[in-house]
Amino acid sequence: MELLIGQMFAGLSLGSVLLLAALGLSLTFGQMGVINMAHGEFMMAGAYTAFVVQRSISDAGVSLLVSIPVGFLVGGLLGLVLEAVLLRRMYHRPLDTLLVTFGVALILQQAARDIFGAPSVDVRAPAWLQGNIELLGAPIPLTRLFILLLSLVCLAGLVLILRATPLGRRIRAVVLNRDLAETSGISTRRTDQLTFFIGSGLAGVAGVAVTLIGSTGPYLGTNYIVDAFLVVVAGGVGQIKGAVIAAFALGVLQSVFEFSTTASIGKVLILVLIVVFLQLRPQGIFSLKTRSLA
Amino acid sequence: MNTFLQSRWGVLAGFAAGAVLLLVAAPAALSAFNLALLGKFICFAIVAVGIGLAWGRGGMLTLGQGVFFGLGAYIMAMHLKLADASLFGGSGVPDFMSLYGSGEVPGWWEPFRSPAVTLAAVVLVPGLVALLLGLAVFKRRVKGAYFAILSQALAAAFAVFLIGQQATTGGSNGLSGFRSFFGFDLKDPANKLMLYSIAAVVLLLALAAARQLMHSRFGELLVAVRDQEERVRFLGYDPATIKTVTYVIAAVVAGIAGALFVPIVGIISPADVGVIPSIAFLIGVAIGGRATLLGPVLGALSVAIAQTSLASTFPSFWVYFQGLLFVLVIGFMPGGLASLPRIAARLKQRGAGHSNARQGSPGRRRTAPAPVPAAASTPAASTIPEEASR
Repeated sequence: MELLIGQMFAGLSLGSVLLLAALGLSLTFGQMGVINMAHGEFMMAGAYTAFVVQRSISDAGVSLLVSIPVGFLVGGLLGLVLEAVLLRRMYHRPLDTLLVTFGVALILQQAARDIFGAPSVDVRAPAWLQGNIELLGAPIPLTRLFILLLSLVCLAGLVLILRATPLGRRIRAVVLNRDLAETSGISTRRTDQLTFFIGSGLAGVAGVAVTLIGSTGPYLGTNYIVDAFLVVVAGGVGQIKGAVIAAFALGVLQSVFEFSTTASIGKVLILVLIVVFLQLRPQGIFSLKTRSLA
Repeated sequence: MNTFLQSRWGVLAGFAAGAVLLLVAAPAALSAFNLALLGKFICFAIVAVGIGLAWGRGGMLTLGQGVFFGLGAYIMAMHLKLADASLFGGSGVPDFMSLYGSGEVPGWWEPFRSPAVTLAAVVLVPGLVALLLGLAVFKRRVKGAYFAILSQALAAAFAVFLIGQQATTGGSNGLSGFRSFFGFDLKDPANKLMLYSIAAVVLLLALAAARQLMHSRFGELLVAVRDQEERVRFLGYDPATIKTVTYVIAAVVAGIAGALFVPIVGIISPADVGVIPSIAFLIGVAIGGRATLLGPVLGALSVAIAQTSLASTFPSFWVYFQGLLFVLVIGFMPGGLASLPRIAARLKQRGAGHSNARQGSPGRRRTAPAPVPAAASTPAASTIPEEASR
C-alpha cells in the first residue's frame, strides 16, 4: 500500500513537472503552429533566475517566492524577443521553426555555459519545504508537493485567462481560425505576442520549480524538451485538457515502467506506447475540429 | 553557372570531377591523419544524401537519423569487438565485458560474430526499424510536426537505452579500441586507405542512386507528396507508401554510413547518435540546399570541415556559430546556398512582377527536360494500388 501510494505520487510529481513544461509549449504550439525547441532553454533561464535571485536574497523562502514571478518575466521576455525577431516571419513553416529555434537553443545553452560555467549550480530549498509528510504511511517530499500545487495553480491561472478574459477570447479565436480572427478586427500580431509572453513565461516558472528537485546546468532544457513535446503530441496540439491528461498519464506510466523495469527500458516503452496510441488517435487525445489547422 | 550545375551534363561532369577528387587527388594530397578525417566527413555526407531525399524531396523532417546511423555503427562495432576478441584475446569475450559485465557475451551479440550476418544486418536492421515506424506513422497520416517529434523522441530513447546498458553496449563510453577490420589490421596505412576509398565509393554510389531516384517517376511522386499530399492521394497513389519507402532508403543509407564510421573513426558512443547529433546532421543539408542533389553533400562536408578546424581552437565560438547558422539559413534562406543564384536573379528582376517562389518548399523541381512521365497519365503497373479511403 505504501509502495503503491509512493509510486503513484512519484508519477503525479513527474507528471506535474511535465505539465509545467508542456503547458506553455502547448499554448505557443497551438497559437502559431510554432515548434519552439528553445522552450527548454527558457526553462533553463528560469532556473538560473532562481539561482541569481537567491544570491541576492539569502532567505531561501523569500527568494523562491520572488523567483517565481521574476522567472515568469524572464521566460516571457525571451519568448517575446524570439517571436518578434524570428518566428513571426515564418508561421507557415512549422518544421522550419523547429530548426530555427534549435539554433536559438544552442546559442542560449552556450551563453549559459559562458555566464554561469559548465558545472551545475544548486538552489537551496527553503526550510519549510524540507522533509516529508506522511500520506497513508508513504513519505511524500514537500518539494514535490509544492511543485504539484504550483502546476495546478498555473493551470488554473491559464484556464482562467483563456476562458474569462478578452485576451483569452482573442487567443482562442486566433488558434481556431487566424484569418477569420484577423478579419473580425482582432490584432493577431498583438495576440501572438501576448500568447508567446504567457507561454514562455510558464517555461520560466517551470524552470524555477525544477530547481527544487535537481541542480541547474546548461543542459537542463534538453532533459525536458523531448518529454514535453511528447506530452503535447499525445494530448493534441493546442489542447490544454489534453496536455493535462497526457502529462499525468505519462508521468504515472513512466514511473510505473521505471519501477518495474529500468529507467532506460521505461523510456523506450513510453515511446512505443505513444506511437501505438497515435495509431488509435493520430491527432492526440483531443483535436481541434477546424479547417485552419490542416 | 547554376543552371549548368543542375543540368544533366553538369551533374555528370560534377560527378566525375568529384570521383577524381575523392579517389585520386585527396589520397595523394592529404596526410594519413587528414585522410581519415575526410573519411569521417564522408560518412556524414552519406547520411546527408538520405536526409536530402527524405527532408528536401519528401518534406519529412527526420530528427532521428542518429538512430539509424547508430544502429549501423553499433552492429559493426559489435562485430569488430567480437572478431578482435577471438583474434587477439582468445577468449572470444570483448575486453569491456569482463570489466563491467558478467564476462559472458550476451545472446543478442552472438549473431554478429558472423561477417555475413553483420553486413546484412547493417542494411536490414535500420531499414526494418524505419519500415515499422514509417508504416505506423504515415499510414495513420501522422505528419509534419508530429513525425518530427516522434523521430526525435526515438533518438532520445535510443541514446538513453544505450547509456543504460553499460554491461552490453559499453554505456556512455560506447565501443572503441578496434584493432582489425574483417581480418585487416586497422593500423596499417594501406588498410586505412582502403577504408577511406570504400567510404568515398559508397558516397558516390549513394549520390548516383539518389539522382536516379530523383529523376524517376517515384521521385516526381515524392515531390508531389511533399507539396500536395491530398492531390496525390486523389490521383490514386498511396502517399504513405511513398513516404515510407523514402524513409527506409534514408535509414539504410544512414546505417551504412554508421557502419563505415566505426572502423574509420575508431569509436561509437551515445554522444554520436542522440538528439543533438541527429539534429546537427541537418544543418549541413540545409546550408547546401536540401532539395538539390549535391547541396546536402557539399553542405555536410563544409560544415564538418569548418567544425573540425574551428571547434578545437574556439569551442565556445563554434557553438554560437552553429546556432547562428541554423537561424540564418533556415530562417532567411530555406533553399540553402543552392538558392543564392536564384535569389540574386530575383533581386535583379524585382519589380518585374515575377515572384512565384513559394516559401516552405525550397528548390526547383528540375531544369533539364529529363524524361518526365506525364504525371496524370494512366498509372503504370508498378504504381501502388488505390487505398480504400478511411
